Amino acid sequence: MPMNTDVVGAKSSNTSLMIKRIVAYTVLILLVIVSLFPFYLLIINATRGRSQPGIRWVPDHFLITNFKNLFKGTTAVAYGSVWRSLANSLFISGCTSLLSVYFSALTAYAIHVYHFKLRKFADTFILIVMMVPTQASAIGFYQFMSKLGLTDTYVPLIVPAIAAPATYYFMKQYMASALPLEIVEAARIDGCGEFKTFNKIVTPILKPAFAVQIIFTFVTNWNNYFMPRLILESKSKYTIPLVLNAMRYAGPQEKDVGMFSLYIVIAILPVVVVYLCLSKFIIRGVALGSVKG
Amino acid sequence: MANLKKVLAGSLSLCLAASMFTACGSTDSSSTSDGKSGSESKAGNGTGISDNKDRINTAELHGVDSSDESKNTLTIYCWNTEFKSRLDKYYPQGTSMELEYNELEDGSKEVKSINGVTLNWVQIENEGNAYQTKLDDALKAQQDSTEKVDMFLMEADYALKYANGDVALSVQDIGITEDDMSEMYQYTKDVATDTNTGELKGLSWQATPGLFMYNADIAKEVLGTDDPAEVQEYVKDWDTFTETAAKMKEKGYFMVSGFDDAYRCYSNNMSSPWVTDGKITVDPQIKAWVDQTKDYTDKGYNNKTSLWDEAWVAGQKIDGGVFGYFFSTWGIPFTLLPNTVDEAIKADNSNAVEGNGGYGRWRATEGPQAYYWGGTWICGAIDSDNQDIVADIMRVMTCNKDVAKAITDGEQDYTNNKAAIKELIDGGYSNPFLGGQDHLSLLTAAADKIDLSNKLSAYDQGCNEKFQGAMKDYFLGNVGSYEEALENFKKNITDLYGNLECDF
Amino acid sequence: MKRKSISYAKWGYIFLIPFFVVYIIFSLYPLFQTFYYSFMDYVKDQGAVGGGWTRQAVEVTPEFCGLKNYSAIFSSGSDLLQAFWNTIIMWLVGFIPQIAVSLILAVWFTDLRLKIKAQGFFKAVIYLPNVIMASAFAFLFYSLFSRGGAIYDIIKIPLLESAWGSRGIVGLINFILWYGNTTILLMAAIMGVDPSLYESAQIDGATSNQTFWKITIPLIKPIMSFVLVTSMIGGLQMYDVPALLTKDMGTPNRKLMTVVMIIQSNKQGNIGKASALCVIIFAISAVVGMLLMFASADKDGKKKKKKRG
Repeated sequence: MPMNTDVVGAKSSNTSLMIKRIVAYTVLILLVIVSLFPFYLLIINATRGRSQPGIRWVPDHFLITNFKNLFKGTTAVAYGSVWRSLANSLFISGCTSLLSVYFSALTAYAIHVYHFKLRKFADTFILIVMMVPTQASAIGFYQFMSKLGLTDTYVPLIVPAIAAPATYYFMKQYMASALPLEIVEAARIDGCGEFKTFNKIVTPILKPAFAVQIIFTFVTNWNNYFMPRLILESKSKYTIPLVLNAMRYAGPQEKDVGMFSLYIVIAILPVVVVYLCLSKFIIRGVALGSVKG
Repeated sequence: MANLKKVLAGSLSLCLAASMFTACGSTDSSSTSDGKSGSESKAGNGTGISDNKDRINTAELHGVDSSDESKNTLTIYCWNTEFKSRLDKYYPQGTSMELEYNELEDGSKEVKSINGVTLNWVQIENEGNAYQTKLDDALKAQQDSTEKVDMFLMEADYALKYANGDVALSVQDIGITEDDMSEMYQYTKDVATDTNTGELKGLSWQATPGLFMYNADIAKEVLGTDDPAEVQEYVKDWDTFTETAAKMKEKGYFMVSGFDDAYRCYSNNMSSPWVTDGKITVDPQIKAWVDQTKDYTDKGYNNKTSLWDEAWVAGQKIDGGVFGYFFSTWGIPFTLLPNTVDEAIKADNSNAVEGNGGYGRWRATEGPQAYYWGGTWICGAIDSDNQDIVADIMRVMTCNKDVAKAITDGEQDYTNNKAAIKELIDGGYSNPFLGGQDHLSLLTAAADKIDLSNKLSAYDQGCNEKFQGAMKDYFLGNVGSYEEALENFKKNITDLYGNLECDF
Repeated sequence: MKRKSISYAKWGYIFLIPFFVVYIIFSLYPLFQTFYYSFMDYVKDQGAVGGGWTRQAVEVTPEFCGLKNYSAIFSSGSDLLQAFWNTIIMWLVGFIPQIAVSLILAVWFTDLRLKIKAQGFFKAVIYLPNVIMASAFAFLFYSLFSRGGAIYDIIKIPLLESAWGSRGIVGLINFILWYGNTTILLMAAIMGVDPSLYESAQIDGATSNQTFWKITIPLIKPIMSFVLVTSMIGGLQMYDVPALLTKDMGTPNRKLMTVVMIIQSNKQGNIGKASALCVIIFAISAVVGMLLMFASADKDGKKKKKKRG
C-alpha cells in the first residue's frame, strides 16, 4: 500500500518538480542579470573617458589612461591616495568586524546562558538601543570625541564596534536555535572554566553565524561614509568612501567619470574576494551540521 | 588632561592677544614683520581688547607660535586643482623666490617648495558646503593651533563671509600696493572687500565675464548668418531673445539647453542681495528668470536639462540641437571644448582643428545682459606663518602682467589684468576654437559692465542652489504654482541657514 | 540546580562589561548630549566666521529654550509628517519585494527535492550588489534614468521627475542592494532548523507547501523579525540614495525628502532643531521596533516556556 501511493506521488510530483525547477532557474537567471548589471556597467565605465554620455555595451579604450590618472601623484593630492585608502579601509573594517562579532557573541552568551537579576533588563535594554539610529547621537558623538581629542583618529570608528546591538541580536537569535544549554552544562561537568567554555567550545559552534556577521559588518564598514566623514580630517587617514566622494564631487572641470568608475571597481574587488572566500565557509560550516552538536 | 591643556593654551593666547592689541595700536600695521618676534617681546604687558577693535586684521601674529614644521609648510586650502595647476605652470615665470620641483608622471613639473617651504595642498570638495565647513573649523582653530593655514581660496558666492570675518589678511597689510592692483577689474575687488572696514582681503587672477556662445551651424540655418555682430542683434535683449527662441523651436532646435542656463544673467543683475539684515528676499530679477524659464519650458524652447547633467552636456555636440549656452571665460576650456569635440584634444594640439566635432564651429556674442559667472579669490589666512610667500604668490599670480598674458594665452582664462588683455587684443588675438574670433574684446566689453555693488551676501551659494532646485519642480509642473515652489524653497533654505528669516 | 545557576551569575555580569562600558561611552552619553541639545537654542550663522579676536561675536553659545525646537518641527509650516511618510513609502517599495523574493530564494536553495545546481554561484551573485557603496549605485542609476541616460532614451519617460517614478527607483536600488543579504540570513535560519523535522514531515507525507507554512515559517520567525526590525530601522534612516538622486533637495516637490535628509540639512545651521529631529526619529524607531519585538517575542516566550517546562 504505501509503496503504491509513493509511486503515484512520485510521478505527479516529478512533473510539478520539473515546472518548479524551470520557474526557479528562470527567476534565478533573471536575478543574476539584475545583480550583475551594475558590475558590468561599472567595468565598462572604467574603460570609458572622463565624460560618459549615454550607455556603452562594449569596453572603450581608456582603461590605461584611467589607471594612469588614478595613480597619479596629483590625484592623490586632490582626493587622497588609492592604496592608502584601501589599506585604511581594510584596517578599520577588519578590526570592527572581528571586534563586533566576538564581543557581540560574548554579550549574547551572557544573556543566553546565565541567569542573573539584570538579565531581562540587559536584554531589553540592548534591544531598545538597537532602535537608536546612528544619526541620533551623531551630534553629541562628534562633540564628545573632539573633547576627548579623538577626532581624526581611528578610535571612534573601531572601538564602538564592541557594542553592536544588531550583531548581538543576531547572535542571540542564532544561539536560541543552535546552542543547546546542555553543551554548556556538559562542559562544566568536564571542569571547563566559563571563559574557556565560551572560547573553546561555544565559538566553534557559532562559526556560521560568525561568518555571516563578519561579512555584513565588514561590508558595512567598508562602505560607511557617515562616521568617517564626521571623524576623519587628514587625507592620509581617508577611507574609500571619503576618497570616492571627493572624486565624485570634483568640480565639473575636473570630474573624471572613467577614473571614478575604475576606483569603484578597485575598491569593491577586495570585498568581493573576502565574500567569495567566506561564502564557501558559511555553506560548509552550516552543512557540516555543527548545529547538531 | 586635554581640557587642562586647552585652558592653558587659551589663557596663554588671551595673554598674547592683549599684548598684541596694544602693539598694533601704536604701530602702523602695514609692515610685514613676522609675528613671532612681536609676540615674544610684548607678551604680558597688554591690557585691553577694546583698544583696537576696528583694526584687528593685521599681518601680525596674534595667537600661539607655530611649530617649526608649520613654518616650513605652506598650507593652502582649495576645492579643486585649478589654482594649483596655474601656480605650477606660471608662478615660476614671475617669482624671484627659490623653487624646488617634483617631476610629475606626465612629464610636467609641480612646485614642491618655495624658499625651502614645502607646499601642502588641502583639497576638500565644494559639494554641500563641505569646503566651507572644514575651512571654518581650521580658521577658527588657527590662533590656538601650532599648525597654521597660510592661504585659502574662495568663491564669490560666499566671499563676503571670509572678507567680513577676521580670518583673512588684508592685502595691503602684506605689502601689495594700489599700484600693484591698478590693472584689476573693480568688481573683482568689490567681491573680496570687507564691507565693514573697506579693507581688501582677497585677489583673483581671473575675471569671469560671461558671453552667449552659440552653434554657428544652427545660426546659419535659422538666422541666415553666423556672424557674431549680426547674431547679437537676435539676442540683444530678452524680448528679442525670446522671439529668436520661437524661430529655433520652429526649426526643431532648442534656444538654450535647460532651466539654469540664463540664471546667472539675471542673478548678477539683482537690485539687492539675497540676504539683507538676516532676511531673505526674492529679487524681481530672479522672479523674471522664473517667469521666462517657465515660459520657455512650457513652449519647448529648452530641453529641460539641468546644469552639468549628461543631457545638458550632450547638447554641446555640434549636432546636439541646442542653439547656445551662457558661458563665462572658463566655459570654453573646461566645458564646451572637451564636450563638443569627437576626439579628445591631444597634448600637442594636433587634432585641435575644424572637423574634430564642434571645434571651430562655435561663436561667442555678448548676449542680452552682462553678467559674470564663477571665479576664484586667493586669501592670506590671518596668523599665517609664511606671509612673505603668500604675498609673493598673490603678487605674481594676480598682479604680474606677463604672467597674466601667459595664462590667457595658454589656458584661455580671461585674466584679471586689463593691460595684459589689451596687449593680447592689440596683438591680433584670435581664438581658433571660435573660428578665429577675438572673443577677448567681447569679454572686455562685458567685464567693464559688471557692477556688483550691493549684490552680494555671504549666503548666495545656498540661496542660488536651493532656489534653482525648488523652481525646477515648478518648471516641470510637479507643483501647482510658483507659490508652492517658493514654499519648498523656504523650507530648504531655512533648514540650511537656521539663522535667517524669509521675507516673502 | 538553582544554587548552581546563582553561582554562575557573576559571569553573566562579567561578560556584559565590555558591551556596556563601550556603549555608555560611545553611544549613550552622546545620545544624552543630543537630547540636551534638542532643548537648546543653538543656531549657527553659516554666513559668518570668526578666527581672530571677534570670534566671540560669531560663535554662539547654546541657550535653553524649552520645547521651541519641537514646536517648530510640529508647526504647520513644517513637513516632517510628509517626510516620515515618504521614508516609510520608499522603504516599503523596496522591502516588500525584498522579503518576498528572499524568502522564496531561501526556500528554493534549501529545498532538498528541488536540488538547485550551482547554488554557490547563485548565492554569491545575488549577494554581490551589497558590496557596492550606495553612493556608487545612486550615481549609476542617476545616469541611467535621468534625461539623456540610457534607460530614459529607451522608455522616454523622465522617471526621476515624478514622485512615484523616483520612489520606485529608490526602492529598486534598495531591493538590489539588500535582497541577497536577506536571502543569506533566511537561509542560515532555515538550515539551522533541525533536519530531522523535515525528514519526519516528509515521511508523514507533507507537501512542500505544508512544510513551508507549518515548519519553516514558524521556526525562522526570530530571524524574520530580526530582518524586519533591522530593515525598518535602516529604512527609517534612509538617507544617501534619495539624497544623492535628488541632490539633497528631495525633488520632486519634496516627495523624496526623508527625515534624516532634513536632519542633515539642519545639522550645520540649526543644531538644536537637528537634535530635536534626532530625538523624534529615536522615539519613533523605539516605539515601532518595540511593538514588533513584543509581538514576536510573546509567542516565542510561550513556546520556550513550554519546551523548558
